[in-house]
Amino acid sequence: MVEQISEKILVRGNEAVAMGAIDAGCLLFFGYPITPQNEIPEYLSKHLPPLGGEFIQAESEIASINLLLGASATGVRAMSSSSSPGISLMQEGLSYMAGSELPVVIVNISRSGPGLGGISASQGDYFQSTRGGGHGDYRMIVLAPSTVQEMYDLTFLAFDLSDKYRNPAMILGDALIGQMKEPLLRRKPEKMDLPAKDWALTGARGRKPNRIKSLYLQEGELTEHNWKLYQKYERMKKEDIRFETVNTEDARFIIVAFGSMARVSKTAMELAREAGMRVGLFRPITLFPYPEKALFDISKRVKHFLTIELNTGQMVEDVKLSVDRDAQVYFYGKPPGALPPPEEILEEIKKYYA
Amino acid sequence: MEQVFKRPECLIDVPFHFCPGCHHGTVHRLVAEAIDHFKIREKTIGVASVGCSVFMYDYFNIDVVEAPHGRASAVASGVKRARKELIVFTIQGDGDLGAIGIAEGIHTANRGENITLIFANNGIYGMTGGQMAPTTLLGQKTTTSPYGRDFTYDGYPIRMAEMMATLEGSAFVARVAVNNPANLMKAKKAVRKAFQMQTEEMGFSFVEILMSCPTNWGLSSLEANRRVEEEMIPYFPLGILKERKMADYL
Amino acid sequence: MDSKHFYHDVIMAGFGGQGVLAIGNLIAYAAMKEGRHVTYLPTYGVEMRGGTANCTVVISSKEIGSPIVQRPHSAISMNLPSLLKYGPRVLPGGLLMVNSSLIDLNEVSRNDVELLAIPVNDIAIRNGNPKLSNMIALGAFVEKTKWVGMESLFASLEKVFDERHHALIPSNIKAIQIGAEFVKKTETNSTNDSK
Repeated sequence: MVEQISEKILVRGNEAVAMGAIDAGCLLFFGYPITPQNEIPEYLSKHLPPLGGEFIQAESEIASINLLLGASATGVRAMSSSSSPGISLMQEGLSYMAGSELPVVIVNISRSGPGLGGISASQGDYFQSTRGGGHGDYRMIVLAPSTVQEMYDLTFLAFDLSDKYRNPAMILGDALIGQMKEPLLRRKPEKMDLPAKDWALTGARGRKPNRIKSLYLQEGELTEHNWKLYQKYERMKKEDIRFETVNTEDARFIIVAFGSMARVSKTAMELAREAGMRVGLFRPITLFPYPEKALFDISKRVKHFLTIELNTGQMVEDVKLSVDRDAQVYFYGKPPGALPPPEEILEEIKKYYA
Repeated sequence: MEQVFKRPECLIDVPFHFCPGCHHGTVHRLVAEAIDHFKIREKTIGVASVGCSVFMYDYFNIDVVEAPHGRASAVASGVKRARKELIVFTIQGDGDLGAIGIAEGIHTANRGENITLIFANNGIYGMTGGQMAPTTLLGQKTTTSPYGRDFTYDGYPIRMAEMMATLEGSAFVARVAVNNPANLMKAKKAVRKAFQMQTEEMGFSFVEILMSCPTNWGLSSLEANRRVEEEMIPYFPLGILKERKMADYL
Repeated sequence: MDSKHFYHDVIMAGFGGQGVLAIGNLIAYAAMKEGRHVTYLPTYGVEMRGGTANCTVVISSKEIGSPIVQRPHSAISMNLPSLLKYGPRVLPGGLLMVNSSLIDLNEVSRNDVELLAIPVNDIAIRNGNPKLSNMIALGAFVEKTKWVGMESLFASLEKVFDERHHALIPSNIKAIQIGAEFVKKTETNSTNDSK
């Protein structure tokens, strides 16, 4: 295995994802080229084979997700990465994997849409990621890294969470976090205590055959199955919410932002503080399960929330659903393109800060 | 007294749900016999495709994973790549392989994935109620080709075995039928050979089986068998199209 | 450099092949070695077409928010298109370093920034390796700004360069030193002039 490195290295976010996957014990990667995530397959195509793993460049993202379905069914850790249009193609497979209760890690270094769109940073895939994306009543675990270090740490975590719940987990990054370099300390986080994969297909030797499927035709079967999945999502909300708060204790005004936008918002918050405004930052790290309760608790004290997104308004719906009913939720969105500088966000804060 | 005919060990003792005269049960049996023959039941994984073949897990006494429509060969490849010691097969219908999943099928063959693909070609969508398939014959009436398949609208029936045989990655490609005892014996040999190729790590093995679907063809079992003989076989000629003698990496 | 809080940013740009990304990486790596927060953001994808390359490097004593900088405190322009694109964006009072081997100084339209003109190609050719003009520029820039120590910069070469290029490290160090010397001399001269 990879030795633990105690020294910081300067790597791209995409490379950090690939390193996190290797350190989490991922041995198989299936993918199809698409900008801006190519450093992930490139890195893994080089580094997986010496570890005894395999990299396959599939004929499409549809093939990738189904190669993953097969690999995951045998109990091994496998992943794919892509960018928005490719992730759209994977939605059918993700629905099947959620329905079949198969773990998998998918990385979306999202780009801008709709359609071919462009390759600039965007947060336009928030709905697709958190609302299911594919058909049927299912959810994915969605983690939103904001630094290169988090690209590594959260990829590692995604494998654990996906195994814990037998459910697909997604890393939702964007071109900015994927392409930029920052210092990374490549040390493995502590691994979760995970249940044995006794459901995996390994050959029915000395046991009854294992079946992995999502087709339930007997009366009542599917209802029961859907309730079971629901219980799982509820458990995620209880046990695996993650978020970051900065300066919320004395805040009179809170910015809510995730991923790359949280970085810019943090600088804007500092500028606001320098100008004497008591502004705090709430950054959801798990976009599903969403930190509803944490946000609600804050909204009992703070009544003004400004949601900043690199889209025309998606996560703001979750903020509105979370906060206390007398809290005000404002929104500042930017369609894909250049990230707004902190000064621009500061102007928005000034507009609403009372 | 010696028992000369019995249920293969890797089939579960339940009646098939298939329609009367349908060849699916026969094909399941051929696969089961091959698995028994090589004594590989405990390390064989079946990949259930979408279509009448999806209920594989109700009949085979082996580990099974269900694939989305058209994606069975990709799923099978994923299983095999993850655990090379396993024997992996799938039974894909003509809609599954010849239409929605043709890309996955071709590329699985082209990568030389060491799996066995049984292609169940009955020229029709059985499970959804008799719509036109990519292998539906010209002139054949189905619920979505009520005037008969016309190549100016619908193109031509696809010959999958021929296509697979052209790919460097395929090791064994055959087309067989199970409409009479003589063809059945050849089919049995071909299916066994396909599994043998996999156990010997020769690469991708492919057996197209011409099958009947009396229900959706609107024929009796005997008429359906005759139709396989008189209409399908002339367009889809039987035989071994390709047989690699040595693995390509040797 | 030793002040408690500091924040620096630079946009470096030039033709693809001029080695702009390499020097951006080096300065970022060196700053990281010195315990700083750093971000390095290269152009990618579609933007890469047309043969120009640029990167933005931010070095700070505090956690860095946006790695994208609209109005940088400094810029390095290795060719004319880069000067035309990024020159106007430098904040007033900032530093604009230009490669005067390839850029006619009459093209510089700013008089509210500090101009540092270094003929990096000429210096590199004079010293026998035209390929090292980027290192001349790096040496000059670091000598001028003192954002990182020379030793950290030298130690970063083996981290940033692929192993198969490690044999070239000594010549790169030499080039960095030559670039630094050039700035030192210029500054001494100008100090003398002002006397």
